[in-house]
Amino acid sequence: MNPVPLYVAIPLGAAFLIPLLGMWWKKSGETLAVLSTLVLAVMAILAIGTPAMVHHMGGWTAPLGIALVSDGLTVLLLIAVNVIAFLCIIFSLKYMKVYTGLTKYYSLFMLMVAGMNGVVVSGDLFNLFVFLEVASIASYALVAFGVEADELEAGFKYMILGSVASVMILFAVGTVYAVTGTLNMADASREIATRFGGAEMNPALLLAAAFFLMGFGLKAALVPFHAWLPDAHPSAPAPISAMLSGVVIKSLGVYAMCRVMFHVFGFGTASPSSAIIANAMIGFSVLSIVVGGLLAIGQWDFKRLLAYSSIGQIGYVTLGIGVGARVLATGGTRSLAALAILGGLFHLINHAAFKSLLFLSSGAIQQATGTRDMKMLSGLRKRMPITAATTNLAALSISGVPPFSGFWSKLIIIVATIRAGLMGVAVVAIAMAFVTLAYYVKVQREILFGPVRGPAESAKEVSPLMYVPMIILAIVCVGFGLLYPVLGSRILEPARDALLNGAEYVKLVLG
Amino acid sequence: MKGMTIIVKTITDFVAAFIVVFGAYIVLYGHLTPGGGFAGGVIIACAFILLMLAHGREVAFARLPERAAHIMDSSGALAFLIIGWLGVTGGFFFLNVFGRGDMFRLLSSGMILPLNIAIAFKVGSSLFLVFAALAMFRRRSFRAMIEEELS
Amino acid sequence: MTVYFMCAVLLMMGLYCLVAKKNIVKKIIGIVIMDYAVNLYLITIGYKNNGVAPIIEKTTSPELLERFVDPLPQALVLTSIVIGLGTLSLMVSMVIRLYEKHGTFDMSQISKLRG
Repeated sequence: MNPVPLYVAIPLGAAFLIPLLGMWWKKSGETLAVLSTLVLAVMAILAIGTPAMVHHMGGWTAPLGIALVSDGLTVLLLIAVNVIAFLCIIFSLKYMKVYTGLTKYYSLFMLMVAGMNGVVVSGDLFNLFVFLEVASIASYALVAFGVEADELEAGFKYMILGSVASVMILFAVGTVYAVTGTLNMADASREIATRFGGAEMNPALLLAAAFFLMGFGLKAALVPFHAWLPDAHPSAPAPISAMLSGVVIKSLGVYAMCRVMFHVFGFGTASPSSAIIANAMIGFSVLSIVVGGLLAIGQWDFKRLLAYSSIGQIGYVTLGIGVGARVLATGGTRSLAALAILGGLFHLINHAAFKSLLFLSSGAIQQATGTRDMKMLSGLRKRMPITAATTNLAALSISGVPPFSGFWSKLIIIVATIRAGLMGVAVVAIAMAFVTLAYYVKVQREILFGPVRGPAESAKEVSPLMYVPMIILAIVCVGFGLLYPVLGSRILEPARDALLNGAEYVKLVLG
Repeated sequence: MKGMTIIVKTITDFVAAFIVVFGAYIVLYGHLTPGGGFAGGVIIACAFILLMLAHGREVAFARLPERAAHIMDSSGALAFLIIGWLGVTGGFFFLNVFGRGDMFRLLSSGMILPLNIAIAFKVGSSLFLVFAALAMFRRRSFRAMIEEELS
Repeated sequence: MTVYFMCAVLLMMGLYCLVAKKNIVKKIIGIVIMDYAVNLYLITIGYKNNGVAPIIEKTTSPELLERFVDPLPQALVLTSIVIGLGTLSLMVSMVIRLYEKHGTFDMSQISKLRG
């Protein structure tokens, strides 16, 4: 039995069982959510190193039926999504006690996990769209979960922009279907490669690619499309912020973009039209890095600062992948493209770890002190030593201080950018890495160090249920930096190879 | 909500049952004629929504209690998933493990009929609940408006 | 081809409504118009003159086979309508909640957060 459909079936089953059992059993949400996310996380970790596989839904083979595919890239995202979902659920057990309607919260949470896992394993364009909508609708509701004025406004904004993104993605899916006559990604890519020669695509396909770039760019909050993120992420409850910034923008945005661009439109081959899209991706990334970084400096709300920082860091991820695509499109060497893509994917998984950790820490600080205004906080290092230590580690890691993981991923991306001949972009990336360091130093100085005063005086360390997930994530942050030789070859390199070898994906799915 | 006039109430009482039967027909023959679980579920929900519009929430909830609707909502979706799981016995998720039957008979095309019924339960009850929730909102904000006027 | 352009025009009308109108209910109507424009586009992809329902029997002749309409876009549109319904009901409930909080539908008066 192939385990791939379980990634969707388990959270979906939990999402529907929780409200059903919740009528008689008050603890159903907590229990089922912990159990199912634990099973998913273990399954995802055990999937490391397994060969790529494909599951044909209902026994209908690939071009006819819906295929669920698990290759290296999928496994990378599945690990990020499910492990962080498990840690966020553990964190929620204590943190969400102050809210009402908890069965609905856990049900929506599981629905969001199901949607994200569905996007990641789907081998069919329309199926990808459906799961994207499942995850998006659940996340709109979760952002507005507090139903206060701010939460509702942020949720509404997110919802309007998310719906526009969905309309664009659906339009692009329809166009691809109209041109190629198939929705299966592998079949569509073969059609595009053989019937349209791949390289000089027809204008309809280029339009579809542009719409995909806009739609997924909106979901990933790349800069021209980022307006919803700085409102939505701070307004959500902390575990949801951690999920949104840690994995939602990556699985719905970056992953879907990569999969469609590389495996459907075949942007792994040399052609002028691929170069256009790759350059657009690099342009958006640079804008994101600059705008996200510069706006983050001026923020005094801790969670808003983290949200702007997410925009900047997601720019690094897409910069790595965009540079890789550009190298391939302009006929550069394959090893250089592989390096750039590896950097992007490495930064993706690093950012998932440290940004969720930072958002969880912000939740812990908010609960202990009752505020997230950085001007009022000071000296938390003495009152909340564990939270302060994890925050410190994450801040060092994200700002790219050497032995931590963030340093290596940014280094790889910048080296690849320089070797690809994009000196200007590389200079911007290096400069903005220092800006990142600057605003995290600000975080440390304002919140963690200094004299104990204001709300910090009465603050106490949060309960173990909240700090244990944070400690685990902190270990991951350090571990990714030090254990790269072990982890890289087992998780990242299969993901990179899966992204680079579009032909192998076609062979895998179509048999 | 006190409901509408006696004419509307009488006609609604008369028609609602037929609407439910028509919805059930659309669900059961979904694999043979145009229609299916979603369309039939919407029609069934419409019957209860009509009741709610004509008589008010209390009467509609007396016919279909909120708790029962919640149970049907979740269990319909679960039933869909479980039917999908039955296919795993044959090695594939959503494999058609039931017999195909004769063409154009009610009991044909295997699992599509049970899936349609599961969807109908899910869609019908959840649409009813959505409408009930929105109606509750309206009443509450209406009351808030009146209180604001008085104060 | 004209039909596709009309779909694009409808899409842009929805986008205009979304961007230009301040009333949040009208913004939702804009979203719905965009959604329906894309649905219309998908339906026109599968349209065929003198099409017949695609049911294959043993007696189906090759000429009839030629006239079959493509059933897939219709299935896609059905799914997309269902998704649209879900999004719409969540949006409407959020708008009602916003109205309860602020007593107005005007986005410029509601808006406090600065993107």
